[in-house]
Amino acid sequence: MNAIEMTGLTKKYGERTAVKSLNLSIEQGTCFALLGVNGAGKTTTIKMLSCLTKPTSGDAVILGKSILTDPQAVKEIANISPQEMAVAPNLTVRENLELIAGIYGSEGRAAREKATRMIEEFDLSEVERQKAKTLSGGWQRRLSIAMALISEPQVLFLDEPTLGLDVLARRELWSVIEHLRGKVTIILTTHYMEEAESLSDSIGVMARGELKALGTAAELIARTGAKTFEDAFVALATGSKASA
Amino acid sequence: MKLLAFASRNRKELLRDPWNLAFGIGFPVVLLLLLSAIQANIPVSLFNIEKLAPGIAVFGLSFISLFSATLIAKDRTTSFLMRLFASPLSASDFILAYALPLLPMAVLQGAVCFVTAFFLGLSVNVNVLLALVVLIPPAILYIGIGLLAGSVLTDKQVGGICGALLTNVSAWLSGTWFDLNLVGGAFKRIAYALPFAHAVDAAKAAIAGDYASIFPHLWWVIGYAAVIMVIAVVAFKRKMNGDNV
Repeated sequence: MNAIEMTGLTKKYGERTAVKSLNLSIEQGTCFALLGVNGAGKTTTIKMLSCLTKPTSGDAVILGKSILTDPQAVKEIANISPQEMAVAPNLTVRENLELIAGIYGSEGRAAREKATRMIEEFDLSEVERQKAKTLSGGWQRRLSIAMALISEPQVLFLDEPTLGLDVLARRELWSVIEHLRGKVTIILTTHYMEEAESLSDSIGVMARGELKALGTAAELIARTGAKTFEDAFVALATGSKASA
Repeated sequence: MKLLAFASRNRKELLRDPWNLAFGIGFPVVLLLLLSAIQANIPVSLFNIEKLAPGIAVFGLSFISLFSATLIAKDRTTSFLMRLFASPLSASDFILAYALPLLPMAVLQGAVCFVTAFFLGLSVNVNVLLALVVLIPPAILYIGIGLLAGSVLTDKQVGGICGALLTNVSAWLSGTWFDLNLVGGAFKRIAYALPFAHAVDAAKAAIAGDYASIFPHLWWVIGYAAVIMVIAVVAFKRKMNGDNV
């Protein structure tokens, strides 16, 4: 069963087309990586799917709910971890989690219990009482994803979740994302090829607002005749031949 | 419940910023003490505590605009608002959740100002409570200005517009620091075309027990507050439904 079905999804800013007639289906419970160079249209696609911006034309249906006609229902079942650190700086880690639980309808004790569960699942107990602004980048990313998951979304958008993290923090977050596989449909944007290769079940490559290729990492390597996935990506994103 | 969860967060963010407390509560009190000291040495009728305290109480509200605008602008620039725009919160939830924690802060600020004034000779009577009620429309006006500025400006621009321009405009054009009649002419006409002088005059009338003079001034403030609030809500909604958070 498909969790997301995009039909002719298009976004224009004046004369510039940021996303051009995207037709794409993403299977439920899988991790889908959306790759592309800066300005390829990845974040705009995520923003449209999470109802942050309206498409110029086309539609996307998320678990049966249209982003055009039923955005409120989409917001109830999906959540996003934005590219930048989107945490409340003067709130503690626990308070940030309880805030999002409250906003998604969990009251008092239920919100506290959900926060406790997230703190355990994300190993946040040692920073639980620390204000978010005092956390390192790695902890803030981890908190950001925990905040996106506390609403128990069926679809999760991760916009460059490991941007700016060191290798260890990145690997730790990979482990967190891997644990979500099968439970949540994940749409991930990233600039790290190894991240997409390691975490995703399928990959879409975007360039200049268009979907240029779709498949598993192995399929994309085979299609371009490249040695590595990075070479395959460069070939697909630029339209050039892969370096053999 | 969703609204209250977000309002609670906003209250915590505001109260946990030491600058908010320092400027919101401390600065008006310092001004009150300073100007009263001047009054003790060089008596000026304008700085009589019955006239000074309401003026300072209204002036202090300009910091409420700065707090609310800074909070919203920072939420936008850190993408925190983007996360929340993807949540089921409605536009009215956002507006109310930003505005609600500021109203008790504004009343508290006014109360601290008047309690300080008691020690400087302001009579303790029911008119002070009335003045606190009269301060509510100006508080809503300043909250609205903050919502509007936070919705359209960056956090750095907010510092300039609300922190410098608004505080100065509401100080000069309110009649708190000098008698507007002394300047007269176009300056006075401009001052009374804006709401700040009316807010101060309404609060002064309340303190003086001149009840009949309150509403002619307060209507101006209520009118401005209503218009600014509507513009703020429209600007926020546009931001919420627009392409740039």
